[in-house]
Order: sequence, then structure tokens, then C-alpha cells
Amino acid sequence: MEHMGIEPGRLHFSWISSAEATKFVDVVNEVTAAVKALGPNKNFLKTEARVA
Amino acid sequence: MLAYIDKIKEISNRLLKEGKVDMVIGFRKGTVPMMNEPCFVKTPEDIENFVWDSNCGINLANYLTNRKEKIGIVAKGCDSRNIVTHVIENKIKRDQLVIIGVPCKGMIDRHKIEAIFETEIQDVVEADDKIIVKGQGLEKTFSKKDVLQDNCALCIHRNPVIYDELVGEPVEEQKDLDRYEDVRKIESMSPEEKWRYFDDLLSTCIRCYACRNACPLCYCPTCFVDESRPQWVGKSIDPIDTRTFHFLRAYHCAGRCTDCGACERACPMGIKVRMFTKKLEKDCLELFDWEAGLTLEERPPLDTYRPDDPDDFIK
Ligand code: SF4
Ligand code: SF4
Ligand code: SF4
Repeated sequence: MEHMGIEPGRLHFSWISSAEATKFVDVVNEVTAAVKALGPNKNFLKTEARVA
Repeated sequence: MLAYIDKIKEISNRLLKEGKVDMVIGFRKGTVPMMNEPCFVKTPEDIENFVWDSNCGINLANYLTNRKEKIGIVAKGCDSRNIVTHVIENKIKRDQLVIIGVPCKGMIDRHKIEAIFETEIQDVVEADDKIIVKGQGLEKTFSKKDVLQDNCALCIHRNPVIYDELVGEPVEEQKDLDRYEDVRKIESMSPEEKWRYFDDLLSTCIRCYACRNACPLCYCPTCFVDESRPQWVGKSIDPIDTRTFHFLRAYHCAGRCTDCGACERACPMGIKVRMFTKKLEKDCLELFDWEAGLTLEERPPLDTYRPDDPDDFIK
């Protein structure tokens, strides 16, 4: 995805067991902060249907 | 390269006469120049239709999917690797096949020739390493190496990796090539430049799916782009829909693509669709030391787990 132009930091992968509540909270906070820092996504948005 | 044809015919004749195969898949001359087409020969009389030259860039492994007959198949280096992939993926059985291996010297790029030739091309003939292109009142000679398909110029497996018969002496493999210069160039761009690069690349795509149809890997009974319940991707030529089609198709080819170039060759708009699959090919090589279709003995990286698989991206 990054190769195609999605900013690094917009896409996250994580492995969290159902027992790891604190890790889950941490990851959610981290992801939200990273994505907020990048601002609204401008790619992969269809604003209106285009007709040829 | 042209001399292979006698041997192809001789082997096909023998296989059909001895009843070893029900048909032989090879090439016949196309209706327009530089577009040889697949040819399924079932009787010795039809063998005369077979041809071999530098316009046989279609990947014949594409025509093996789920076949039940015994088949003789003409295979270049890349076709043979896709045959391996087909066998690994249970799309055909090895013992159904007699592989007629063709040591390959590369196929010519019709898009390149069409781009430099001013008028309509009426005939293309080749002699040794020269390609002579004829049009209305015009004739030009090219050196074959200047008009090779991009992937052929960078091919390091020209000799078939599996075969039962070989139609000529193995050719020398190309060495010390920098296969990923173009991919590295994209990797070094900023996210915006990358986005724009692929936007430009796909700006002329008409969603005809010729690239998908030519690819031996794309054999799903219903492709995700054709599915309507659920509909995974919009069917319009909105740039977002087009891009979604291309990057998802590329993912489906990850660890399987042999860089045979059939997709790019098929594209009526001359779009370099390999720019998607090549990144994944490069990653497979760097992360898993994997090149698709070289051996029947090993499972591809995406269907095996190894404790040392790279996983730095998972936090
Ligand atoms: S990719 Fe290699 S084997 Fe295939 S046509 Fe090109 S040079 Fe030949
Ligand atoms: S994606 Fe293109 S280069 Fe790769 S195997 Fe399919 S047709 Fe060949
Ligand atoms: S063959 Fe070319 S125009 Fe057709 S869908 Fe593929 S990239 Fe687009």
C-alpha cells in the first residue's frame, strides 16, 4: 500500500491476544495519534460518481 | 530461434501419432502482425499451422487450467515456470503433460514497435537478430535487442525449468542484470509522488481486463471484479476503482508471478501493468528468497509458515 502512495503510518498491523487489554488500549491510542497526525485521508476517496 | 519450429513439429507429430497426448498447444500465425495466437492441434495434419518466432509472447500455461486431457505444450522459460505454478496449485497434473521446452531469446514488444513506426504495420519478418517491419511504402530494420519486451530484457530464466523434450541447445542465461531499477525508483519517491505515478500509469486504462485474462495466474471461476454479491470494487473507470482492481489483482499474484509479461503484452493501451506485480516480485525475493515457479519441491511463501518469516510490520 505504501508503494502505491498511502502514507507510512496510516496502515497498522498488530497482534493482540484477547487477554492483552492494556496492549489493546495502547495500540488504539498509538494508531489514533499516528493517523490524526497525518490528517484526513485524501487518497482512495470517491467524491462523486464520474460518468464518461 | 526460428529453427526451433522443425523440431517442434517433429516432436508434436510423434506425440500425436504415438497417442501420447490428445493435443498439442503451440502457436500459429496471428491475423495481425506481431500477434501470434495459441493453437490447439489434435491431428497430425494440423501441425503445419504451428509457427515459432519472436511474437510468441503469450503465456501458454494460461490454457492448461483444469484440463482433463493429456497435453503436449510448447513452453518458453516463463511458460514452464507458470506450468510449475499450475501444478503446485493443482490446476493440472504433471503426468498429464508432455512439456516441449523452448530455450528462449526473448519476445519482441509490439507496443514499442508500434510507437516508433509511423504508419500501419503490415508485416514483420525476422532474420537472425534483426526485425524488419514493413508498412505502406515504408520499411525499417530494428535490432531485436532494442525492441525486446521489458520483461524479456530482464529475464534470467530463459531456459525452461521443467521439460520432457527440448527443441534446441539451452541458451546462455543473462547475468548481472539490475532487474529492479524501475521499482527502486518508485520506492524512493514521496507518498504523493507515488500516488501520482500510479495515477498517471493507469490514466488510460479502460478496464477491459485483457491483462487479467492473459495471465495464467488469474483463473478464479469468478474474479473479484466480476462478483456482484458482494461487490468488492466499483465497476466504473473512476480512477479509484481502476486502481483498486490493479493493486488487488497484483496482490493475488504475489509469490506466483513469474514476470512473463503476458499481461503487459495484452494491454491494448500499452500500460505497464507489471509495475504493480514487480514490486511484489522484488519483495518476495528479498524477504523470502523466493522466485516463483522454479521447483515443484517447495511450497510458495504465502502458503507456508516459517518461524523466521519477517514480521517487523506487526506491532
Ligand atoms: S520472459 Fe524470458 S522466457 Fe519468457 S519470453 Fe521473455 S525471455 Fe523468453
Ligand atoms: S501478472 Fe503478468 S507477468 Fe505476472 S504471471 Fe501474470 S501475466 Fe505474467
Ligand atoms: S489490459 Fe490495459 S486497459 Fe485493459 S484493464 Fe488491463 S491495464 Fe487496463
